[in-house]
Amino acid sequence: MAEYIVKNGFVVDPTLGVNCEKMDIAIKDGKIVETTELKSPKTIDASGMIVMAGAVDVHSHSAGPKVNVGRNFRPEDKLNYYKAKSGVKRMEAGFSVPTALSSGYIFARMGYGFVMEAAMPPLYARHTHEEMRDTPIVDEAALPVFGNNWFVMEYLKNHEIENVASYIAWLLRVTKGYGVKCVNPGGTEAWGWGMNCVTPDDPVPYFDVTPKEIIKGLIEANEYLRLPHSMHLHSNSLGEPGNYQITIDSLKCAEGFKANSDFGRDQVLHHTHLQFHSYGGESYGSKEFESKSKEVMDYVNGTDNITFDIGQVTLDETTTMTADGPFEYHLSHMNNLKWVNKDVELETAAGVVPFIYNPNSFIGVAQWAIGQELALLTKDMTKCHITTDAPNAGPVHRYPRVIKWLMSLKARNQILDDCKYGDSVRSQCYIGEIDRELSFYEIAQMTRVGTSKCLGLSHMFGSLKPGMEGDVSVYAYNPETDDDPEKIEHAFGNAKYFIKSGELIINDGEIISNGHKRTFWVKPGMELTAQVNRDVTERFKKYYTVTQNNYEVKEHHYVPNPYVIEVNAA
Amino acid sequence: MSKIITDVVCPFCGTLCDDLEVTVSDDGKKLIDVSNACAIGAMKFLHSQADDRLTKPRMRNEDGSWRDVSYEEAADFSAKMLANSKKPLMYGWSSTNCEAQSVGSTIGELIGAQMDNTATVCHGTTLIAVQDVGVPSCTLGEVKNRADMIIYWGGNPAHAHPRHMSRYSMYPRGFFTAKGHRGRTLVVVDPRDTDSASIADIHLKVEQGRDYELLSALRVAFRGEVLPDVVAGIPKEKIYEVAEKMKKARFGVIFFGMGVTQTLSKNHNIDIAIQVTRDLNEYTKFSIMPMRGHYNVTGSGEVWGWQFGFPFCVDLSRGFARYNPGESSSNDLLVRGEVDSVFVIGSDPGAHFPFGSVKKMNEIPCVCVDPHITPTTVVADLHVPVAFVGVEVGGCAYRMDSVPIETHKVVDAPEGMITDEEFLNMVLERLQKIKGV
Repeated sequence: MAEYIVKNGFVVDPTLGVNCEKMDIAIKDGKIVETTELKSPKTIDASGMIVMAGAVDVHSHSAGPKVNVGRNFRPEDKLNYYKAKSGVKRMEAGFSVPTALSSGYIFARMGYGFVMEAAMPPLYARHTHEEMRDTPIVDEAALPVFGNNWFVMEYLKNHEIENVASYIAWLLRVTKGYGVKCVNPGGTEAWGWGMNCVTPDDPVPYFDVTPKEIIKGLIEANEYLRLPHSMHLHSNSLGEPGNYQITIDSLKCAEGFKANSDFGRDQVLHHTHLQFHSYGGESYGSKEFESKSKEVMDYVNGTDNITFDIGQVTLDETTTMTADGPFEYHLSHMNNLKWVNKDVELETAAGVVPFIYNPNSFIGVAQWAIGQELALLTKDMTKCHITTDAPNAGPVHRYPRVIKWLMSLKARNQILDDCKYGDSVRSQCYIGEIDRELSFYEIAQMTRVGTSKCLGLSHMFGSLKPGMEGDVSVYAYNPETDDDPEKIEHAFGNAKYFIKSGELIINDGEIISNGHKRTFWVKPGMELTAQVNRDVTERFKKYYTVTQNNYEVKEHHYVPNPYVIEVNAA
Repeated sequence: MSKIITDVVCPFCGTLCDDLEVTVSDDGKKLIDVSNACAIGAMKFLHSQADDRLTKPRMRNEDGSWRDVSYEEAADFSAKMLANSKKPLMYGWSSTNCEAQSVGSTIGELIGAQMDNTATVCHGTTLIAVQDVGVPSCTLGEVKNRADMIIYWGGNPAHAHPRHMSRYSMYPRGFFTAKGHRGRTLVVVDPRDTDSASIADIHLKVEQGRDYELLSALRVAFRGEVLPDVVAGIPKEKIYEVAEKMKKARFGVIFFGMGVTQTLSKNHNIDIAIQVTRDLNEYTKFSIMPMRGHYNVTGSGEVWGWQFGFPFCVDLSRGFARYNPGESSSNDLLVRGEVDSVFVIGSDPGAHFPFGSVKKMNEIPCVCVDPHITPTTVVADLHVPVAFVGVEVGGCAYRMDSVPIETHKVVDAPEGMITDEEFLNMVLERLQKIKGV
């Protein structure tokens, strides 16, 4: 494998305590090494550019059944967004829901080395893996959903944590999943009958457990199994005005739990796209609706076992997709656009609806403001991660624009000054009171250090220390001389150089390799308990429409290049 | 001696049953018996054992007779044909696995092909309707575990998807449906007296081609508005009665077939059927699902979805993917004489396309990759028999509800025979050489 030395760049790496200092970074055999270890390296001249470790994404929807629904039912999404094949790079298409191939290239251009697919319906795991396999360059993993799973709910009714853990361990093994995702706990099962659970105390029809019991039980089982990542939550009543108290109540479920894992994380609960869950008021109107980001952040800043990502609205036309079936139904009634629903037997559901976050509407800009506020009110930036819940709040390729807004008051004011309801947003939200501008150091904390730690991957990603994976991003922005927020956005969206696992992927802005992507999955040490074994066999016989033997995703075709993380049980 | 292989997936229709048991000889070379399958599925397995099966590619001579050729010669011919074409059509893809489809995509991208699958003459109209209005749907297990009202519209599952009713819809006892068929209401909408209609609780004998009117009348009835005395041949009392039953169902589902997708109004029929389903979700829980035909036509749409962004009618000729059914659909391309060669795999357009299209296929160079002798091979210049997917080679396939299931190999292919995927890879290698990439 070729050796590289990235010379003279302004290195930003919080794990080294380095903030825009001129340093050389050496890469050999796929890993970062000391510069003295190189024999005949190829030189990458990073003079006047920012150098960071490859970024790590904690939550986006880039592969799987609902993502593909989004592609296939929105030909209009491709109308003006496509790139022809060129050299080794294959065809690309799609604005809000890019093709799998396009996704890989977009992440590479932004300097991302690892991406977490945030919701995998277990019955569709094979599909998710087929898409991840075809997504070039970036390493990926997927989180199966558990929050509405019949096994989980039945065990939690009697607080049988060992059985839940045993079931989770089995499911991660057969679906090649990474961790525990929980979407609208209980509400999606209720949606099987056209109903919902709107608060953490609403009992689930028939199963008679509450969302709170599901959240706590999954946290407990997750720590029992000592998994690399924590429980990953999308709480009830997403997007509803006045939902912030529900959010805080859900976050409180983490109280009393402590991380139990060898993978270096501190949190027991990751709350995703917190922006959608920090609303006050009683309607979306400009006089009613208000931001409650401060209230939510007052709680989060005071805890040491919770992380979150923002789910920043980017004011684009996009495609929403979530396992929160009842929410998508609700959304389709708000905008009267096309609606796809897909209920999945015994496990979950999904909905897909196109959505336009209109910069000339009050609510669109208010949602935009709340995402910014959450990040700007955060004390420890490693706990707060940049996402757009792609493509729900905005397309994934808008990450650089989110970085621009967070780093520039000028850029934020421009949004507020140019839109119709800027004054209303300033009065109903906290955005007008905040003049904080994040630094490159803090951006690296949010997109590298924090995310890799949160996923239990800080021993591989998010740092340029010798021994780490050879993922290095070089952005054409000079922190000493450049002072244009637009240039920040351009630089972070168009890496000048990108090295992935020691291989040069982007050379002078051009994709020259499709890389050797890996799919990460977690193999817990716990075996099936006798009861779970019996239950699984019985349920497959009686209620599933595939046999148990045909359920398992075999590695060969679906996970051809696996990276398996084995976890020892307690 | 023989052995029994369980959990075998049936590579025939979109029902994709995965509970078949196949008896094979001890050496794994001979398939002896199939159980649990329907008559069609069982025949597909047994047909692979036919003594007169073709095992070598064959090329047509000037005088119309055939000569055997090697797979190498067949791949050479196919690669040259595709490389020399200005606008080749690569059609079919529905009776093969996703792995082969994926290699096909790479070839299509390399040569700028027109890619189309059998949805183009089947549920393509459904795909267009979904692009118009979306689709509230579910997996078949949701139907099994929850549904108390089943509607088959414009289809005859008793013959076309023989195990559909017993496995998923009418007869199974599920979690919330312990009474099985006794707890369910079956409605069949069909102008014909089919075997499916004969077991229905209500048979709405709609006038042929008047499905749109009847669906529209249901929407009127849901809202309690006034209907004319008779709509589409159905008295209004009956329409009100069925509408009320639909609203009162606990969980309902509409399965629809080609009786609505390929008759007058086409995608507009599906538009309104989906709107009927949307309406019903105001009152209860309702889903709608197309009865996809080939066992992996759904998979073809999925693979192209994640690789190109479109489920069928994909035009790769400009170096990026375009989609415009009517322009980039196989029959329009053929009838207008826009394509100058056809590569067919996993389908039989000779039997299902209009005669005008088949005639064009006969006039231009045509390769057909198919285990069987079919009407398509009759107009082909090269016929490449391959191993049966799901019998002699495994691979991924997507059920009609898009659930992916891995099919299995149960028996060896006749000696020397290769698979779709292997043959496509041979063609790809040659094309890469020709194109210098």
